[in-house]
Amino acid sequence: MVGCQMFKRVRHLFVKELIQVLRDKRMRVVLIFPPIFQLIVFGYAANLDVKNIPTAVRDLDQTVESRDVIDRFRSSKYFKVVAYPQTPKEIEKLIRKGDVILSIEIPSGFSKKVKKGDTGTLQILVDGTESNTAMIALGYMGQILSDYSTAVVLKRLNQAGIVDFEEAGVDLQNRIWFNANLESRFFYVPGVIASIAFLIPIILTAQAIVREREIGTLEQIMVTPIRSWELMLGKTLPFALIGLFDVIMIALIGVFWFEIPFRGNPLILLLGNILFLLSSVGIGLFISTISSTQQQAQISTFFFMNPAFILSGFAFPLENMPQWLQYITYINPLRYFIIVIRGVFLKGIGLEILWPEITALAILGGIAILFSSLRFQKRMK
Amino acid sequence: MSLPRIWAIAKKEFIHIYRDSRSLALVILMPAILMLLFGYAVTLDVKKVPMAVLDQDGTQESLSFVHRFSGSPYFHLKIFVQNEKEITQLIDEGKVKMGLVLPWNFSRMIKAGKKVPVQVLLDGTDSNTANIILSYVQAVARQYNQEKTFLKVERMGREKLNAPVEGRTRVWFNEDLESKNYFVPGLVAVIISIIGVLLTGQVIVREWERGTMELLISTPVKKGELMIGKLFPYFFLGLLDLTLAVFMGKWVFQVPLRGSITLLFCLSSIYIFVALALGLTISTVARTQILANQMAMIIGFLPTFLLSGFTFVIANMPLWLQIITYGIAPRYYVTILKEIFLKGADLSFLWTETLILVGMMIAGVWIATKSFKKELR
Repeated sequence: MVGCQMFKRVRHLFVKELIQVLRDKRMRVVLIFPPIFQLIVFGYAANLDVKNIPTAVRDLDQTVESRDVIDRFRSSKYFKVVAYPQTPKEIEKLIRKGDVILSIEIPSGFSKKVKKGDTGTLQILVDGTESNTAMIALGYMGQILSDYSTAVVLKRLNQAGIVDFEEAGVDLQNRIWFNANLESRFFYVPGVIASIAFLIPIILTAQAIVREREIGTLEQIMVTPIRSWELMLGKTLPFALIGLFDVIMIALIGVFWFEIPFRGNPLILLLGNILFLLSSVGIGLFISTISSTQQQAQISTFFFMNPAFILSGFAFPLENMPQWLQYITYINPLRYFIIVIRGVFLKGIGLEILWPEITALAILGGIAILFSSLRFQKRMK
Repeated sequence: MSLPRIWAIAKKEFIHIYRDSRSLALVILMPAILMLLFGYAVTLDVKKVPMAVLDQDGTQESLSFVHRFSGSPYFHLKIFVQNEKEITQLIDEGKVKMGLVLPWNFSRMIKAGKKVPVQVLLDGTDSNTANIILSYVQAVARQYNQEKTFLKVERMGREKLNAPVEGRTRVWFNEDLESKNYFVPGLVAVIISIIGVLLTGQVIVREWERGTMELLISTPVKKGELMIGKLFPYFFLGLLDLTLAVFMGKWVFQVPLRGSITLLFCLSSIYIFVALALGLTISTVARTQILANQMAMIIGFLPTFLLSGFTFVIANMPLWLQIITYGIAPRYYVTILKEIFLKGADLSFLWTETLILVGMMIAGVWIATKSFKKELR
């Protein structure tokens, strides 16, 4: 029967592709290296936590009060006092060389001012080169100075016989959801899963088709009774499957090695993944139609991947990008899958919240496959 | 060494590049796209944080506290909610990143000079952004608390209090703490590695695969001439892209270039040589163009992008990874770039990095020459 024949043909191709991929050393590299590399980088290197900020202190006052301030910085886990420069030029040199990021200068007369009830002003210099670090450092510094101020005020009141003085104002009770200790890898590692689900099917699909075209065996296959859409299925399904397999593998590594929480429903992840694979495979198919050689396919893939990754929310948050650029990200399927993945892993949310993203994935996937397969068929003629 | 022969090889290479539209795109388009993205789009700055407020008090006092957030450019008060469930829903949906909950007795407690617990609910998914948001909130609270505390002390009949200590802060080198000033200098290293390693990786392998290498060997061209001739166009393109990148960085994105441009170009040339040496080595070692491409991506591009200090600060990486980065040439070049651009550093500050790069260049050229000679028997 026709149906049977069709199924058999696709299946033969499917198996052949699978064997070829697993046998080809190059393809194996593509399968193994990117996931491991990304996991290492984004699991360990990508770390925006700021600790042990190298600090320089210049104490021109040398009093109990000034030493109190310095001690507070010394005992803070955020700062590491590494230098005690004697002159402004030394401070400048330390910052220019990058040996310290923050420099605190306590002017002479500081303690007198504080004891009198005036304001003692510290001169702070911060290296703004790493803007992220600088901002966070200033935040921590503000906290230390504020604590010191409070302590001074309390002591003064105590001395005037007022004990049990309570600070007024708000007492912040922070509840940080989804990532209580604000670990960077909770943010990045789920993204790696999405990135691999994107990268590998695209590369494998494009390579597999273009290689056959280059060698000439594609024409040979066309001579067989196989239909072009069956050819397409046979050439894309194995890589979609590998993509699926990779996702599961990395998800497991993420959960058991990196201890990323998994709070949602795995079925939603599966659904999102399958829809997402439509896009990946579709894009791989498309790239195969615009490339005559594997070389070209590789460069085209590179060209496409870079902006796609940068504009996906994978490493750089999208919210603060200029509005016009955010509109562009709406056609990036990776953007939606990352939201789904983070939602399922960290937030534990379900379809009732993720349905827009799932729908977008379905639509984009459908368009990708449709468009690419039409091009593919046309090219095959 | 015959100059005409070298030039003939170089010219042929130029034509190859020119004819291959994809390589051309790589040279021109990719750097432009990356520049645009990192100059305009990519930012770690956090502003206009969408927030929800549950004000269970609704008095002037509580509203004035909320205003300290809504009036700040760092926050964007999206909605006042009626219960905590709404905040949960909004955070789950990603519509707000934080929620503020003021208790019903807010105003009473504040007026009585007591401390009021205020809940801050934060979406911790993006840990970096969350950290920064937290520091903003704490800064607002600190300011508020200080004012209220001093008011309280004054009301107790004592004289007006001054803050015992304050910091007068000066930010050097990147006064507005803009992340593009952080990214754009390092991006130059990435752009050069695209040309230096990715493109150059094709140089020899292409000829072998096409079968034209045997032809070349049968000509009077000497190995040294071949090497120099083949690399020259990429060196030139590297300088070209460098100029483009520096120009765009300084004039389009307004990234300060405080150091000497001459020094920048000299040190960049050293790095270009290192990159070319790597590309050439890859080209002689790889059997196929595809493999060369892959190797170039893995050894050349990715480490430059991810491990050189361009995106992620090396000092914050775990120690074992930091040690690995010492072996990566772009690490030193990115340092040089940032220092020259933002700090206006001169050679006296950069001699360590320069020395290491020169060492890598010599080693790289030596390795490339050796493997190149081995190839052309």
